[in-house]
Amino acid sequence: MKLDLGSLRAFIKGDTHADRVVPPTGFTAQLTLFAAAAMAFLAVFALALSLAAGRLADRWGDELARSATIRIVAPLDQRAAQTAAALAILETTQGVASARALTDAEQQALLAPWFGSELVLDALPVPRLIEVIEDADGIDAAGLRLRLSAEVPGAILDDHSRWRAPLVEAASRLRLLGWVSIVLIGAAVAAMITLAANAALAANAQVIAVLRLVGATDDYIAQAFIRRFTLRALGGAAVGTVLGMIAMIFMPSASAAAGFLTGLGFQGFGWLAPLFIPVLAGGVAFLATRMAARHTLRELT
Amino acid sequence: MIELENVAYSYGGGELLSDISLRLAPGSFHFLTGPSGAGKTTLLKLCYGALLPTAGHVRLFGADVRSLDRDDIAIVRRRVGVVHQDVQFLDHLSLVDNISLPLTVSGRQADTVTNDLNELMTWVGLTNRADALPPELSGGERQRAAVARAVIMSPDVILADEPTGNIDWEMSQRLLRLLIELNKMGKTVLIATHDLSLIRAAKAQVQARVLRITNRRIQLAGADL
Repeated sequence: MKLDLGSLRAFIKGDTHADRVVPPTGFTAQLTLFAAAAMAFLAVFALALSLAAGRLADRWGDELARSATIRIVAPLDQRAAQTAAALAILETTQGVASARALTDAEQQALLAPWFGSELVLDALPVPRLIEVIEDADGIDAAGLRLRLSAEVPGAILDDHSRWRAPLVEAASRLRLLGWVSIVLIGAAVAAMITLAANAALAANAQVIAVLRLVGATDDYIAQAFIRRFTLRALGGAAVGTVLGMIAMIFMPSASAAAGFLTGLGFQGFGWLAPLFIPVLAGGVAFLATRMAARHTLRELT
Repeated sequence: MIELENVAYSYGGGELLSDISLRLAPGSFHFLTGPSGAGKTTLLKLCYGALLPTAGHVRLFGADVRSLDRDDIAIVRRRVGVVHQDVQFLDHLSLVDNISLPLTVSGRQADTVTNDLNELMTWVGLTNRADALPPELSGGERQRAAVARAVIMSPDVILADEPTGNIDWEMSQRLLRLLIELNKMGKTVLIATHDLSLIRAAKAQVQARVLRITNRRIQLAGADL
């Protein structure tokens, strides 16, 4: 059974005679449809979870990795000198795209939520902050620390990795779980279709015997079953996917406060992703029924 | 067409048939007889590839049956019409769809041979039952429908296993006339039956050879029939 474009078209169009040789089944057909729809509905959510977790991991991993902070903790009279020395080092450090010391006003704005806006920074030994933006290659944090400790004793480099790493890891793990769920759902669909196809093949043993007697090839007999189950899985999954996507549309949108979670849902082209679910379900059903039919038919005369 | 050469067949422990050599020539008419359980049905199954011989060679249209794959066997069956004792149909399809089933499964659309089909239905006297479902048919109607299904592909060989097994004498005469007519059109016919009066009736109309299975072997029966 070669699968080129022509035979695919013929498969979809179908042979009405071939379809009719297998007796219609009412109740089990609906069960297959229902199970395919339920699986597709779940798959939509697993997909949304994976995509959202992926966005989260990328954002945390990417944007935060591109910046680092240096604190200059030094007595007030040495602070300016050490800041200048640190900036000089950064200028000659590989991987630094730009570095600048935060102004008093900016530091005041950062501290305002905690100390109020009337704070006079000059009166306090507030460390000076230097914002370092890395280029695509990134900096060698350990090497920079060594150089800073030698020449600017009051400098402390924070490349954010300490608190970023577990978050990125959690998001990546969440994404992995999402994909594993999708694979499991696919496997469950395959198992369900195989069981249904085996039941149908067993129930139609007499039909198959008659077809063999009058000269039907295995492909012809298998096709009648394969087409039926593929279309059921495709149809059921399409309904389930549409329902799942409707549910996603009506999810409360993430407010700015919940931006941390970036909202469990699809964004932009992500809305196209669930459309592949019915196609995949159909493909899985096609392969599962084909294997079951081949297996059963080989054992008959 | 169909050749058996020193063929043996055993089920489980015991040997049912042994050292059978048989050649069905084109246009010949054979009866196969013998007591119940002698292996008539088994021999017919060997002739259309439903069973493989445990020893010896079976050649169908020149090809050894062991060298044929499943698709080849399917193609062979399009050239061999089989009528079973307990005919099975697809019970959810109408009689006319069942009779044209061999055309359907071989990819020939039944619509293109409507005339032939109508003629065939008339010939077996089932025109007014065309839309009936198989379970609604009488025993005789089922047997005639089986013959119609067996010949619709215009096969070279027709194998019939007790075709008159569960129908009355008059109906079996009609069925026999159908098979004799087919033979006169050049088809090779092999009928397994234990009904000796049927064989006698046939011998009056056609030159038939009678093969008898006794003691696991096949022999040409004499003129005593």
